[in-house]
Amino acid sequence: MASYSTSEFKAGLKIMLDNDPCAIIENEFVKPGKGQAFNRVKIRNLKTGRVIERTFKSGESLEGVDVVEMEMQYLYNDGEFRHFMNNESFEQYQCDEKIVGDAGKWLKDQDACTVMLWNDAPIGVTPANFVELQIVETDPGVRGDTSGGGGKPAKLETGAVVRVPLFVQTEEMIKVDTRTGEYISRVKE
Amino acid sequence: MQSAWQPSCSIETLHTRARLLAKIRAFFLEKAVLEVETPLLSHTIGTDPSLAFFATNYDLPHCQHRLFLQTSPEFAMKRLLAAGCGSIYQIAKAFRNGESGRFHNPEFTLLEWYRVGFTLPELMDEVAELIVSLFAEHHALSGVERRSYQAIFQQYTGLDALVFCYQDYCAYALDNQLPEAVALCEHDHALWLDVLFSHKVQPYLGENSLCMIYGYPACQSSLARINADNPLVTDRVELFINGVELGNGFYELTDAVEQNQRFDDEIANRQQKNLPEVLKDDRLIAALNAGLPECSGIAIGLDRLLMLLSKTASIDEVLSFSIHSA
Repeated sequence: MASYSTSEFKAGLKIMLDNDPCAIIENEFVKPGKGQAFNRVKIRNLKTGRVIERTFKSGESLEGVDVVEMEMQYLYNDGEFRHFMNNESFEQYQCDEKIVGDAGKWLKDQDACTVMLWNDAPIGVTPANFVELQIVETDPGVRGDTSGGGGKPAKLETGAVVRVPLFVQTEEMIKVDTRTGEYISRVKE
Repeated sequence: MQSAWQPSCSIETLHTRARLLAKIRAFFLEKAVLEVETPLLSHTIGTDPSLAFFATNYDLPHCQHRLFLQTSPEFAMKRLLAAGCGSIYQIAKAFRNGESGRFHNPEFTLLEWYRVGFTLPELMDEVAELIVSLFAEHHALSGVERRSYQAIFQQYTGLDALVFCYQDYCAYALDNQLPEAVALCEHDHALWLDVLFSHKVQPYLGENSLCMIYGYPACQSSLARINADNPLVTDRVELFINGVELGNGFYELTDAVEQNQRFDDEIANRQQKNLPEVLKDDRLIAALNAGLPECSGIAIGLDRLLMLLSKTASIDEVLSFSIHSA
């Protein structure tokens, strides 16, 4: 794998840091007029999602890393692992809950999602930005209330809980933004 | 998306720059400080290991010389001072290789001036007068603050900047989200100060005000004089507004022997670090031998000043064409 010097660091570049694959978010050149030049770099650890800041001497370099994001179909959960399939190669991958993380509560069988692979092994899963899921449990709302104000919690078929307007009922399909966890609309059948 | 031919800055910013230059020239005209020009291309270059230069070849029949684009007009201006020109200023381009970022462009504009007979505190008074007047028509600064390097460093880090205690510095870095500093700086006091000051002190300096930090540690003296009363500090000042480093000034070193020694030290330092070799500027040494009058001088980055005046986030936004589109 190629190595990259601080002057090549830019948002999105994937590099190896402390034995973990990481992505550069931001790179700031810092240099006192009469002193040493540094690069203050904001970095996301792709395995843990944690964001750290790290300072390098300008000119230092880091190893690049083979990380790709791939569109896949979520197949099923066997109780221990979740299974995904590359739609083009039909190759299947399995992930434990630790890797799936928060994405798990949005994943419905057959839905599309993005799986991040490091040396062809999954290290993270991102659900589609918008998903359509069925409500399995919510308090009966007040009839005629269409204001959307207030709201109530609703449990979805995948286990996620979102706030929905009072008029939305159990068994209805709703559209949710997975990035914010917010209700968008009812889905007309 | 902007096309590749278009300027980096807005037309309005061109006007702001032109007004800034006119006001600076009016300021110095009123004070009878002479405007000068010195060469951008020169046979020698500063030895400072932290400044990388651009070199080129000067081709004449049967001979070739290496020439350098100046990293600062300082040496040439000091030769003018030694020749007896009196107080002078210059608005000049300076070139520093490899410097590119939100606050850096490898070619930039400096305002540099020297006041014959001024001590550093006297020069700081004039700096404050100029800066405050330049901001007045845009958004007035809330004040001017003067703090010693030791006091400000103590305030933000709890560490003594003048006396290097490796254990204390390491402990601070480990406790304050800078653990990488330990391996990066090792036992290099000046490097520790660069890292800690730029990360933990500078961002908080001069909130909508001018902050002048004086009394830099002797290991960061550059071309300043060592303080007459305290050999641990140097008569050097730096300017900050909203955490941006804006300028650097000295009570100028006039001692040719001391200057020669600092050149030799920096040349040796360059060799250690495998940096490109440079020759010392013998003409500057000769000028100091002939006699540089007692003076203080300062250089201010005009592009950064313009960024602060126009509240822009990156230097590209105040340059007609930044290095990416030049």
